Amino acid sequence: MNKKLIYLDYAATTPVDKKVLKAMLPYFSEKFGNPMSLHSFGEFAKEATQKSRQQIASFLHCNLEEIIFTSGATESNNLAIKGIVKKYFFGKTKNLDTRCSMNKPHIITTVFEHHCVLNSLKFLEKSGQAEVTYLPVYKEGVVRAEDVKKAIKKNTILVSVMYVNNEIGTVQPIEEISKIVKNSREGAKTLYPIFHTDATQAINYFDCNVEKLGVDMLSLSGHKIYGPKGVGALYVRKGTPIEKTQDGGDQEGQKRAGTHNVPGIVGLGEAINQVKSQKSKVKNILSLRNYLIEKVLKEIKDVTLNGSKIKRSPNNANFTFKSVEGESLILMLDQLGIACSTGSACSSGSLKPSHVLMSLGIKTEESHGSIRITLGKYTTKKEMDYAIKTLENVIKKIRTISGDILKEF
Amino acid sequence: MYSKKVIQHFTKPHNQGKMKNPDGIGMVGNPVCGDIMKIYIKVKKNTKKKKEIIRDIKFETLGCAAAISTSSMITDLAKGKTLDEAIKITRADVSESLGGLPPIKMHCSNLAADGLKKAIENYRNKK
Repeated sequence: MNKKLIYLDYAATTPVDKKVLKAMLPYFSEKFGNPMSLHSFGEFAKEATQKSRQQIASFLHCNLEEIIFTSGATESNNLAIKGIVKKYFFGKTKNLDTRCSMNKPHIITTVFEHHCVLNSLKFLEKSGQAEVTYLPVYKEGVVRAEDVKKAIKKNTILVSVMYVNNEIGTVQPIEEISKIVKNSREGAKTLYPIFHTDATQAINYFDCNVEKLGVDMLSLSGHKIYGPKGVGALYVRKGTPIEKTQDGGDQEGQKRAGTHNVPGIVGLGEAINQVKSQKSKVKNILSLRNYLIEKVLKEIKDVTLNGSKIKRSPNNANFTFKSVEGESLILMLDQLGIACSTGSACSSGSLKPSHVLMSLGIKTEESHGSIRITLGKYTTKKEMDYAIKTLENVIKKIRTISGDILKEF
Repeated sequence: MYSKKVIQHFTKPHNQGKMKNPDGIGMVGNPVCGDIMKIYIKVKKNTKKKKEIIRDIKFETLGCAAAISTSSMITDLAKGKTLDEAIKITRADVSESLGGLPPIKMHCSNLAADGLKKAIENYRNKK
């Protein structure tokens, strides 16, 4: 039995960086105070959360008050979307803004957002709080800015487009879209639409300067960037009409109630600090990933790369193999020490194929044979070589078991 | 998620492969669901006892671990049985012999009993 384990699922989660862990540890038992307390225990904790806020603000090029700490990207995305709609209905903006004369607001997004965005929007649709346009992403997995432009209506209050897709790693034209949104706002002299991006998969590899991007809200998560799980943040540009969605204390400028996850927040700040100082590793990841794609397409028959090869995160490869079922593939690879993931319906719990692969126009029967391999800063050439060789062998084995029955059926 | 037995049959499936000149073939499944299964049987006639026995059985499967392991298990269960016995093997028999399957896999991937039934019917229809 092969003992070495190779982790190639960095888009699912990442190990906590040792420096990040070290920074967090004092905030469990020594400096355990509540940042809302007035005594010195509280002061220590507050200083720590403020330091983290500073680290994140400097990464995003924004002000300290524009950062809201959350429990992760799912909460950030929920707050961004539902908070905007809530403010629209119950806030004072209704009287101030011309676009608010319409009763039902309109939201624009893409078909292949993360489920936390899509399910939030589906809830708003179902409950009659909003109408939603889901834009296509075409074969390349990239939304077209002109489609956003065409979709904006008088009652559009929010545009939410992810920066980097979590399954196929394709990069969306955020800057272009923000220009369109701004033009529309200026033309109509209104606060709306607000532009939100889920940057969870982008932080490690792309410029997240919110001024450059031109976004009003940006979501991020700790555990995708070598930080801890259970912590994230939402950037909200000053003046954005948003209402809290969780009631309680006055934390986070009354935008997000609940005692601060101080160790987590410290970890998030340190993790984002590390991203800045580790830009050199991105080049290495990109070259290993290109090596992987090149080898797999050359050495294995009947395989396609899903999504644009160029507009793509440097750590992502997503393949579809004919006459292979993804769950089988993942389990066999795991037995040989390789961890990655699949868009196959059989592994989804709901038995539905990946909505991301479907959005590229891939047929359901082909979507079953897909895998996502995502690299990280600890990935080595040796690991890549072993993974490619093993993948070749496992595909051969599975294709032996399946024979030609897909054709015969 | 899966029992030890499922993983064993998945990793080293029994009676896997094509069969030359089979007496009966059963193909079941749905490419859209992701599971397709093909069962081949060879039948031996025992004229004295007026019985027909499954002398050899093989399978080919495109599908998840549940689909592959149930295929492998049904070949074990059916080999050496008379056609009348074999046609009575149920989906529940297969999953029980494997130490159970995850509930979500009970319907779509537990196709082997249907595949065997079809193979037997195919053989009988030819006669």
